[in-house]
Amino acid sequence: MILDALTAAMATGKVRVVDLTQTLTEDFPTIVLPPEFAQSAPVRIERLSHYDAAGPAWYWNNLSFGEHTGTHFDAPAHWFTGRDRARGTVDTLPPEHMIAPAVVIDCSAACATDDDHLLTRPALEAWEATHGRIPAGVWVLMRSDWSQRKGAAYANLRADGAHTPGPDAEAMRWLVHDRGILGFGSETIGTDAGQGGDFAPPYPAHHYLHGAGRYGLQCLTNLHLLPPTGAVLFAAPLKVHEGSGSPLRVVALIPGKDTP
Amino acid sequence: MAAPRGYDGVVLAVPVTVPYARFSTRPAQWWVGRALAALAKESGLSHTAFDGLSMASFSLAPDSAIGLTQHFGLSPRFLDFLPLGGVAGIVGLRRAARAVQAGDADVVAMIAADTNAPQSFRQSLEHFSRFSQDAVYPYGAGGPNVSFALIAAAYMAHTGLTRADIGRLAVAQRSNGLRNPATLMKKPLSLDDYLTARAIAPPIHLFDCVMPCAGAEAFLVMREDTARAQGLAFVRLTAAIERHNGFPDDAVMLRGGWQRDIGTLWAMASCAPGDVDMVQTYDDYPVISAMQFADLGFCTPQDLPDFLRSHDFTVTGDLPHNTSGGQLSLGQAGCAGGHLGLVESIRQLLGTAGDRQVSGARRALVSGFGMINFDRGLGSGAAVLEAT
Amino acid sequence: MRAKKNPLHPVRRPLLPPGQRSRAAHLLTAAAGEGRFALPCCTACGRFAWPMPEACPACLGDIALATASQGARVLSATTAEVPADAYFRERAPWRVGLVQMDCGPQALVHLSPGADTGDSVWLSLKLDRAGSAVLHAGREGEDMTTDPQWRDMVADPRDRRVLITDARHIAALPLARALAKAGAAAIYAGLPDQWKPLDTRAALESVPGLSLVPLDVTSDRSVADLAAQIGGKVEILVNTADLPRPGGLMGPSATADARAAMDTVAFGLLRLARGFGPAMAGRGADGTLGAVAWVNVLSVFAHAAPPALAGYSAAHAAALAFSHALRADLGQGGVRLLTVFAGPTDDPWFQTFPQPKVTGKALADGIVAALLNGQEQAVVGDLARDLMERLRENPKAVEREFAQGRM
Repeated sequence: MILDALTAAMATGKVRVVDLTQTLTEDFPTIVLPPEFAQSAPVRIERLSHYDAAGPAWYWNNLSFGEHTGTHFDAPAHWFTGRDRARGTVDTLPPEHMIAPAVVIDCSAACATDDDHLLTRPALEAWEATHGRIPAGVWVLMRSDWSQRKGAAYANLRADGAHTPGPDAEAMRWLVHDRGILGFGSETIGTDAGQGGDFAPPYPAHHYLHGAGRYGLQCLTNLHLLPPTGAVLFAAPLKVHEGSGSPLRVVALIPGKDTP
Repeated sequence: MAAPRGYDGVVLAVPVTVPYARFSTRPAQWWVGRALAALAKESGLSHTAFDGLSMASFSLAPDSAIGLTQHFGLSPRFLDFLPLGGVAGIVGLRRAARAVQAGDADVVAMIAADTNAPQSFRQSLEHFSRFSQDAVYPYGAGGPNVSFALIAAAYMAHTGLTRADIGRLAVAQRSNGLRNPATLMKKPLSLDDYLTARAIAPPIHLFDCVMPCAGAEAFLVMREDTARAQGLAFVRLTAAIERHNGFPDDAVMLRGGWQRDIGTLWAMASCAPGDVDMVQTYDDYPVISAMQFADLGFCTPQDLPDFLRSHDFTVTGDLPHNTSGGQLSLGQAGCAGGHLGLVESIRQLLGTAGDRQVSGARRALVSGFGMINFDRGLGSGAAVLEAT
Repeated sequence: MRAKKNPLHPVRRPLLPPGQRSRAAHLLTAAAGEGRFALPCCTACGRFAWPMPEACPACLGDIALATASQGARVLSATTAEVPADAYFRERAPWRVGLVQMDCGPQALVHLSPGADTGDSVWLSLKLDRAGSAVLHAGREGEDMTTDPQWRDMVADPRDRRVLITDARHIAALPLARALAKAGAAAIYAGLPDQWKPLDTRAALESVPGLSLVPLDVTSDRSVADLAAQIGGKVEILVNTADLPRPGGLMGPSATADARAAMDTVAFGLLRLARGFGPAMAGRGADGTLGAVAWVNVLSVFAHAAPPALAGYSAAHAAALAFSHALRADLGQGGVRLLTVFAGPTDDPWFQTFPQPKVTGKALADGIVAALLNGQEQAVVGDLARDLMERLRENPKAVEREFAQGRM
């Protein structure tokens, strides 16, 4: 009955579906590591046939990409802190985690003026003062409006590395250990800030989330369409054997216009 | 070098020309068949009675001469294949003469035939020679015009010949040719026409060049007793020479191989250049005809300008030259161009040359020249024929 | 200044000069392609011969190529006004000479406009548009760059439009500058990963006629998109795309690195060939400034793989193999494929390699010189030249030297 009510609400617009996914393209920026490290393969879409001599009646492509390209999911096994977690890879991910509520922390104003804006624990506590305590088992999505940037401005690489917003170490520790969130999502290339390598611990979002068996989502878009609370996220990565993550389609259910 | 034995008892008979055509859809084999048929008809012999075949052609591929024996029902005991261009006639004649003289054959059919389609001249050029392929065609010198232009320029500088001097030969030949119903070139040619013609590769201009065509020339070689038994009119072969790559160390061709052998030629013929009643040179470029006059002993190279200016080369002149009109008037039917002078000389010496008959013709000098393999013509040959 | 083409006139289809040669004559093709002047010479009596014979005409000894004097004297000259061959016919008048070479034999030559009978001339062995060796003669010091016959045998960048496929390559900036200096009408510099910074952006953008264009040779779409945009304009393509990642077979990311190198160097070439090859081959005779050359900048390690560069060498060897096929395809249109083999370049990837290393400028100058000379192979850098020589002489020794860590 609940599901019937849900589909009915979706049919009438009382529940709307928002696509939070960037189109998987070949020139979408990916994480840049120092070149002496192994590099992620880029997204490549190679045509096999297009109703032509290579396949007269059909169109299809060969698709290749690294696990961490486009809008993608980070599983606990992605980071050394999560290497021993049970069900830490995408193929063993509990399916009930693929559908979960989400809260949205709007940092867009600060990010507009500060590329290196950090989401802090006090900011989160201030958010709670307005919207209530962040429940356990939710996705926390950091809205930065970064997804509206393109190309070089999106990657924002400088000589000292990327400059993109993200959470600081204490915020992540607090969200994971004191609030028990399911995962953290961002609009930038990583769940961590561009300069997160210099934090203690380095890359705290990866460190705390995956160390606790939690998840990351990055390169999200359309977060500005979500309410601060009340959205439900569908995030089901590809069932890649022992995969550390995968590109995926992320959609959110949100209350429609006439819903209180 | 030993003096060669004479050609005593060797005669030439039954001159045959299969009328030329600018282009032909028929292969060379068809032209060979027509020539054989004409030889048989004119001689009164069955073609199966020809026990020798000497074949000159560039365009028989994939056949060589041996395939023609089955093709035309011949069973010869002497067979020769000479894809040697303008020297093939003289070379073939020398071999056939020795064959009949020695009794290796009784009647040798001498046939030169080639066909010509719009593309075939270029195609045969592409397969003409290894040295041409490697070192001539890549320079825009496909077709002999450029190669002869380079020789002509050097030879004119060497001898002082002018285009007007050389043009006298071309003009006289055309005048002769207009008396020959078989020629493809029917228009009179003035010296002014010659001098103002379109440049092809200076100093070679349009009327220095022959026109490729299809056609065949043929005659029979036999012993005198055979000819008499058949009741055939004949002429005698009194002398013949050939030489290939005669002067390999010359930087540029300023003489042909004739120079090495003219002593032999005139000694065999027991006469001198001034004793001939006509000269048939290989006229693929009149400047090469001029070179032949010098190399065959008519004058020195430096005297050529005077020599050309002081003689009348028409059939009514003092030194009739290329009395048929030559290839410059008839066209160049491939290898048949080398047989043309022989066939024409037989006609003249038999007194059957019609409007172009040289009166009182008793002795003819015929010269052959061929094969620009790289930078020069390699083959040279000459023969003296006498009326009986 | 490059004149614009009347769009109502069809593009002239490429015709080629007669390219058929004897097998032995292709020894000359190799010499011409490398910019060497060598002629057939008897190994027994030392006499030079021409055209290429199968045995010495003087003593019947064996023939091999030997370096020869380039001097000659013109014996005779003509201008083919009505050549029989279609390629020459549409380019007539065409100057041809007969020369006496100082080393002995005579030869037909393509003759410069300034040379005539009696002149002393300087011979060079060139590849013609059919890719076969021919002799060209000009007066010593004569400026040949305006001679249409000469221009048809070289790949002069003047007034031509050039694509450098990877602006991030160490040679890209000096190459752009050298091409601009050589008079290129336009220079397109391909930029992969536009979202990554380009240190040389300002310097590149200050090169006259240069524009940065998006191009990632590892992407079918990127190559196809750029080919759709400028494929019909590129007259010289210089493929600089490279991914030097040292590492042996047992290295931690050997497979991924080798795959990435293959994707950039070998498959990148394949993508470029498919994207740009047909249009270039079709424009080989498009006016006097048609498509003329494709340059692959490859590592000399395409010929021999040091263990520490296993994947990288394999990628370059694969690209070399592709380039042989590409040479044949482009050759249909008279477009030359030039392979430039470079030694280790002076960049961080070859940091630990011994000097002398190849600077970007040296590589750029080598590329432009080889284009101006009409070569199809050039070797840049002392180490590269040394390696090629060692390979020619004793390839097995090179393998062992590499195994011992010696370059």
